Amino acid sequence: MSPKHKIAKRAARELQNGQVVNLGIGLPTLLLNHTPEDLEIFVHSENGVLGMGPRCPACQAHPALIDSGGDYIAVRSGAAFFDSALSFALVRGGRLDVAVLGALEVAENGDLANWIIPGKFAPGIGGGMELAQKARRVIVTTTHTTRSGAPKLLRSCTLPVTAKACVHRIITELAVLDPTPQGLLLRELAHGVRPEDVLDKTEARVILPEDDPPRF
Amino acid sequence: MPPTLPPAIDKTTDPATTLARIANNSSVMVGGFGSPGTPFTLLAALLQRAPHGLTVIKNDANEQGIGVSTLMEAGCARRFVVSHMGLNSAVIEMMNQGELEVEMHPQGLLAEKIRAAGAGLTGILTDIGLDTILREKRQTMEFQGQTCIVEPSLRADAALIHAARADRWGNLVFEKTARNFNPLMATAADLVIVEALEIVDIGELDPDHIHLPGAFVDHVVPADTTLSDYGVLKHHVAQT
Repeated sequence: MSPKHKIAKRAARELQNGQVVNLGIGLPTLLLNHTPEDLEIFVHSENGVLGMGPRCPACQAHPALIDSGGDYIAVRSGAAFFDSALSFALVRGGRLDVAVLGALEVAENGDLANWIIPGKFAPGIGGGMELAQKARRVIVTTTHTTRSGAPKLLRSCTLPVTAKACVHRIITELAVLDPTPQGLLLRELAHGVRPEDVLDKTEARVILPEDDPPRF
Repeated sequence: MPPTLPPAIDKTTDPATTLARIANNSSVMVGGFGSPGTPFTLLAALLQRAPHGLTVIKNDANEQGIGVSTLMEAGCARRFVVSHMGLNSAVIEMMNQGELEVEMHPQGLLAEKIRAAGAGLTGILTDIGLDTILREKRQTMEFQGQTCIVEPSLRADAALIHAARADRWGNLVFEKTARNFNPLMATAADLVIVEALEIVDIGELDPDHIHLPGAFVDHVVPADTTLSDYGVLKHHVAQT
C-alpha cells in the first residue's frame, strides 16, 4: 500500500457515525476509499454540498456537480445543496465536527501552515483558513517529510500560518501524533517503524509513551 | 381568472445588448465555483466586446482557456478579487509577473462580504485570519472585548449570473453545486445579468422552489448550451 493510502486508511478510523466532515483536496479525499460501508457521515464540500460521495466515472458525471477540487462526484442519499455563504456559516458557526487537511508544516503546538510559500507558491486561501480555525477537530494527514526528506513536523512553523494551535492530530505514514504545548505526543506507530525512526525524521520535540504504542 | 402580468415585465433579451451596458474600468462579479455556475455565454459575449481595466470578482480563476480566465488572458482585467486559483497556472503567472493585481480572501469571507453588500450592510467583523499575515493589510478593532478584523462589504457595478431556470421576470432556480456564489452576487450589483439554461413563463416555477426572486434581476439571457464549456471536463472524471 502506498504511503498516501496507508495514511488515508488510518485517518478513516478517526471518523465516527453522525459526524459532519470536510475532507481537504488531495490526500484527505482518499479517506472515502477506506471508510466502512455502514459508516453514516455527512461529507461537506465548500462549494455547497453536504453529503457528497466518491468521485464518479464519466458515465455518471454531471456538469453541475463537483467537489471543491473540481472533480465530478456523486452524492449520498440525504445530501443537500446550498450557496457559498451558507456553506461557510456551517463551518464558522461550529457545525463542522472534523476537518481533515493537508499540510506544508505543522508545529508541535498545533500551528498549521498549508496555504502559502512566499515568492514560490500562492494559489490562494480558499476555505482552508476557516476550516482550520473553526472545525471542532482538525486532523492533518501528511507524509512525514517533504519529497526531499526535510521534516514537516517542526518546533515552530517557518511558513506563514493558516491558523494557530488548531491541529488536534497528525497522521503520517510513520506515526499518529497529537500536538501539545510540550511537544508531539506519540500515540501510534506504523507497523515496522521504531520510535527512533520517528525521532530522526521529526524536528519537533516528540514525547514517547512509557509503554509500546499501538500499531497501525 | 388569475391576473396576467403585462408584457412590459419581460426581462429576456440578448447577450450583446445587455453587455453593452458594462463599461471599461467597471467592476464585475462573476458567479461560479470552478465550471459549475460560471456564466460562459455572458463571458464569451463580454470578451467579444474586448473591454479593458475591469475589476473581476470571482471565487476562482476557472482553468486556463475557460470562462473568466479568457478575460484575464486577453488583458481585459486590471484587478482580480478572488479566493483561490490553484487550478489556473496561467493567471497565477500573470499575478507573479505583476500583470494582474490580485486581492485574495478566505472563501467564506468573500461570500459573506458579498452577502453583506447585498443586504445593505457596510461591513462585517470577524476573527478569521487574526493570527495570520492577512491581518497586516486589514483594519482591526476591539469589539465586545475581542479583537476583530473589519471587512468592508463588497459590491460591484455588474454581476454575471448563471441559473438553471429563470422565468421572464428573473425568478431563478439553481442546480446542484452550480448555485455557489450566484444568488449572493445577484444581490450585490447595480446591474444584474442572468443567463439561464431554460427560460419559462411566469407561474411555471414553484414559488417554494425559487432560490432568488426576480426583484434582484435586471436582464435574462438564454445560455448558449452548444458551448462545450457547459459539458463535463474530462480531466476531472475519475479514471476507472
